Amino acid sequence: MDNNKNWIDQRFPLTKVWNEHLAEYYTPRNFNFWYFFGSLAILVLVMQIVTGIFLTMHFKPDELSAFASVEYIMRDVNWGWLIRYMHSTGASAFFVVIYLHMYRGLLYGSYKAPRELIWILGMVLYIALMAEAFMGYVLPWGQMSYWGAQVIISLFGSVPVIGPDLLIWILGDYAVGDPALNRFFSLHVIALPLILVVLVFLHIVALHTVGSNNPDGIEIKKNKDKNGIPKDGIPFHPYYSVKDIVGVVVFLMIFSAVVFFAPAMNGYFLEHANFIQANPAATPEHIAPLWYLTPFYSILRAIPTMFDSQFPGVVAMFAALLILLALPWLDRSKVKSIRYRSYPYKIALVVFVVSFIVLGWLGMQPVTYRNAILAQIFTATYFGFFILMPWFTSIGETKPVPERITE
Amino acid sequence: MKQLLATTASVLAGLTISLNVLAAGSGVHLDAANTDINDQKSLQNGAKLFMNYCSGCHSISFMRYNRIGKDLNMSDAEVKKDLMFNAEKIGAPIVSSMSEEGAVRWFGATPPDLSLVSRSKGTDWIYTYLRSFHEDKARPFGVNNKVLVNASMPDVLWNLKQAKSPEAFDQDVRDITNFLDYVGEPAKLVRVDLGFKVLGFLLILFVFAYLMKKEYWKDVKYGKWRAKD
Repeated sequence: MDNNKNWIDQRFPLTKVWNEHLAEYYTPRNFNFWYFFGSLAILVLVMQIVTGIFLTMHFKPDELSAFASVEYIMRDVNWGWLIRYMHSTGASAFFVVIYLHMYRGLLYGSYKAPRELIWILGMVLYIALMAEAFMGYVLPWGQMSYWGAQVIISLFGSVPVIGPDLLIWILGDYAVGDPALNRFFSLHVIALPLILVVLVFLHIVALHTVGSNNPDGIEIKKNKDKNGIPKDGIPFHPYYSVKDIVGVVVFLMIFSAVVFFAPAMNGYFLEHANFIQANPAATPEHIAPLWYLTPFYSILRAIPTMFDSQFPGVVAMFAALLILLALPWLDRSKVKSIRYRSYPYKIALVVFVVSFIVLGWLGMQPVTYRNAILAQIFTATYFGFFILMPWFTSIGETKPVPERITE
Repeated sequence: MKQLLATTASVLAGLTISLNVLAAGSGVHLDAANTDINDQKSLQNGAKLFMNYCSGCHSISFMRYNRIGKDLNMSDAEVKKDLMFNAEKIGAPIVSSMSEEGAVRWFGATPPDLSLVSRSKGTDWIYTYLRSFHEDKARPFGVNNKVLVNASMPDVLWNLKQAKSPEAFDQDVRDITNFLDYVGEPAKLVRVDLGFKVLGFLLILFVFAYLMKKEYWKDVKYGKWRAKD
């Protein structure tokens, strides 16, 4: 065994990589509930890739046979229904995990120096994941696939000057149809998964370069023992690997409960209208994207059309995503963790979370006068969180941050 | 751990409550179908009724004859005798023999394929729809429907309604609904049972995973990874 290891180590840094990233990667000892979601995101990514490989074996990216091929998977392929439900539930689970992972970053200031790049890579990952999920949702070619794609892609047509040409270039046609289905399949199965895997790799390399933040928001590398090991650090493996296994099992229990007992989640994970084959001649009375995209859909709808153009709404929607990239520089507070933050920040964070959830709910509802006003109010508070952040993070009294990790 | 379970429970509860709001849709009150997919007798009766009263016009083309036989414990001979009226092969998909041209001439539109109607409309909708035909001289077939106003479908179950007590008729409609629920997702027959087995396995795995974590973390609490200042 040792001989084999030497043989490999002379040719490939196996032991070095193992130690640097697992056995001698020192992690703060005080990780709590919120720190399960990074490893869970990797689990879901792997699950999506593996189930996706099997779905690709049976799916037909063709406007005439796509819908039927999904039902073929559900009925005639051995265990096809399970693989398909794992994949469709996995998409929603991915966003649940990612939203909680991002919220952890907000709670403990994990985006602040020196971890700005980790945050930015994570945000790019999030945007790529949204594109991946959107294109995946088009593939079963149901009514919501088709009309959701029609609504979202038509937004590109509102870009001034180049809009109409851009739209045709994206669709390869004048409307959503076979060419769009084929290219979305290609992007969903090859391009975006590759981008996601590379970004995850970079995200982890950046994390392991600076080390993990923790619920106290203090740098464990400031206090090292005589061997250069952080006093408040423990090796990732075995301590966090065995802890994460517990998280994985609990996650799988919840995940399985959905897959086996409520795979459609009453229309939230698989919409009712998507069990009707795409029909360009029949517009559904109510078109809503899946729940994980609805906050941004709400922002899009909240901005009124100006000069006969939807473009301002489109700009607002993308701005709502891109503004997250600026977070590390908008936050002027001296402390990272919510435990020691000032009251203005705590209040602002509550307002932001409420805004995001209400916008998400509104995005699933039909537009009424009341809903439109609510969407505008919460769009304002959503952006207010970022625009006012330099101000409310520099006022109010923060609590003293301890030197060492608290129990 | 407690926190995690509490969070999950509240999220799931929230999702379930808001579903019912969505399902209501058109505003017509829908009666609860109360179907039971584990009731084999009901499914078999539903299959027979469907093939007799519905399959002349409506296909369930994602379903095969022998799959029904296998899932509902009917032999190939029984399937051929009771269910197969216009197909040669036992493995064939269930497609109506009505021509598209004829359908348009007689009804104004092709009757929809019902393979997935239970998933797009829901069982309560089917159950209520089939029981909501009423006389309306203005319509081509002399009937209209409360759930789907101006439906082009005639009241095909009229004979059945006349021949039976209201309770027996409702049970027949329930059986058809139950059958269509099964047709919408044949895997539903097995997935719930399998789900309990998977959860049972994960529960046992959880105990071992948790004990392993606890054992290792003794190091962190009292052992070599206890920071010494």
